[in-house]
Amino acid sequence: MPLEKILFNYSASNNTLSIEICGLWNIFSKIPQVFEVNSQLLSYPGIKKIVFDGLRISDWDSSLISFLYRLIKECKAKEIEVEYSNLPEGVEKLVVLSLKIKEGEKKPKAIPEPFLARVAEGFLNLKRGVLILFNFLGEIACSMRSLFTGKGYFRWGEFLLLLQRCGANALGLVSLISLLVGIILAFVGAMQLRLFGAQIYIADIVGIAMVRVMGAVMTGIIMSGRTGASFAAELGIMQANEEIDALKTLGINPVEFLVIPRLLALIVMMPLLTLYANLMGIFGGFIISVSMLNLNPVEYLMHTQSAVKISNLWVGLLHSVVFGVIIAISGCLKGVNCERSSAGVGEATTSAVVTSITVIVIATAIITFIFQVLGV
Amino acid sequence: MNLPVKPAIEVRSLDLNYDDFVVMRNLNFTVNKGETFVIMGGSGCGKSTLLKVLIGLKEPEKGEILYNGEDFWAADYIRQQEIMKRFGVLYQSGALWSSLTLGENVALPLQLYSSLSVGQINDLVELKLALVGLGGYADFYPAELSGGMRKRAGLARAIALDPEIIFFDEPSAGLDPISARMLDDLIIQLREDLGATIIVVTHELASIFTVGENSIFLDAQSKTVIASGRPKDLLANSKDPKVIQFLTRGEKQGVGE
Repeated sequence: MPLEKILFNYSASNNTLSIEICGLWNIFSKIPQVFEVNSQLLSYPGIKKIVFDGLRISDWDSSLISFLYRLIKECKAKEIEVEYSNLPEGVEKLVVLSLKIKEGEKKPKAIPEPFLARVAEGFLNLKRGVLILFNFLGEIACSMRSLFTGKGYFRWGEFLLLLQRCGANALGLVSLISLLVGIILAFVGAMQLRLFGAQIYIADIVGIAMVRVMGAVMTGIIMSGRTGASFAAELGIMQANEEIDALKTLGINPVEFLVIPRLLALIVMMPLLTLYANLMGIFGGFIISVSMLNLNPVEYLMHTQSAVKISNLWVGLLHSVVFGVIIAISGCLKGVNCERSSAGVGEATTSAVVTSITVIVIATAIITFIFQVLGV
Repeated sequence: MNLPVKPAIEVRSLDLNYDDFVVMRNLNFTVNKGETFVIMGGSGCGKSTLLKVLIGLKEPEKGEILYNGEDFWAADYIRQQEIMKRFGVLYQSGALWSSLTLGENVALPLQLYSSLSVGQINDLVELKLALVGLGGYADFYPAELSGGMRKRAGLARAIALDPEIIFFDEPSAGLDPISARMLDDLIIQLREDLGATIIVVTHELASIFTVGENSIFLDAQSKTVIASGRPKDLLANSKDPKVIQFLTRGEKQGVGE
């Protein structure tokens, strides 16, 4: 019956130690550590040679090779000669191979660059990024000109599909978030206005806040996470699969073919989604005011109508168009400049979302400041 | 006296479907332990679907697949996972995890399933990479390698746990003739060094004749096996026009055509 337990039998004569290796060596079960055999070596001082005998090895796999490799390496370090020709044929071959490997060349370890070099690298990357952005914006401008002068190539079927993806398919999420924002605004406003008995002005707060900026900002953030990320991932995978290269070799401008339809779809759908978000936000405020603060529904709607000026609506819609441009450009730019790997696609997607949300917030601040100065 | 060769895989009355679409029906074949078995056939005949069923990624419509006499699809999930640990698979693209180095790719199955120490795992990773001719490449990322090297690295990962059966999906597809030949030689060498059973799914004639000791020929039209045996014998003796046409790259039209 084959022996299952791993055992070592030692016998010494004339400065030579014979180690008989027995048992079943399996990668899934526990194998002995090299120091267990090493400690035995100490009991035989003056040993100059070790001979392995593997006749009683029942079965073996890489676990035996790994064990022998370590043991032989340690013996060699102690200048003990090792003979392993009595091991099974395959074992001997693999042990010889494993002992040769470490002599091979290794990839040189990356040396950390000094601080100043890293700062300089950062600036160069920034410069490169700005150049890529301006180049991309230039290509978009040229493609737009071609399109509006009738020389460009435009796929209406794809454009309509994108309108559906960017618009109708996002309605559920926009409804939920805008409704909740309206509810939150109404709650926060109610707490303060109740102190003065002026709860009816909740209608003004919710209406103006939603229509002038919050509707557009919330829609922008939703669309960054939803559509901007989707653009980056989609174009990133196209880049990784060389689909964008295939367009270039056919003489098709990838910006004209892929970016312009996405940009136009968002420019068209963002104002519509913002209008819808405004209505949902006002509806959220209305629900809270009527059901919990006992305000008159007709009075609430009249107040909203008188408080929200048409100029507020235009400001909100302007925000939404700018945000649409930002989301489309961030998503597409990160996608077409994506590294050709799965990690690269992930990075491009994250970067697209982070960039668009950051730029949306900055753009909101700038637009708000400009309209304040203009008195709109 | 020669001992009878034990079967590693027995496929009995196997039907493969995609919903209502029949891919293959009534497949019957046996792969013996330690042999290199080729599954061949034209594009779209169902080779890759059969491979998916053999490696446990897709359930067959009907039939049995026995590994060492044990019905894989009749076993419970935990037992199936145990059986799958005996498989190594080299996917067509190599399928290396791009965020891990080659060393980490090979080490992952060892870390998950073996009882070896970190040092022993590192030694084995170097050994497995050396076996496929990539000694010293443990710190490289897949993106830094050529297509052929990626396939070899994928093979190093496939053999990490000393599998009893190694499956190859189109191993030489997309490689230059020298790299393809190198991979074929590697398959032969692995069978000799590790004593593994090798299943190769391919339509590359050079690979079929170089590595194949036994084979089946799948036909898309009749949706079943129309020839089996040693590829060189099939070329010499087969009377089936489809088999002859395939094995001679269409140069001979076969009997009756």
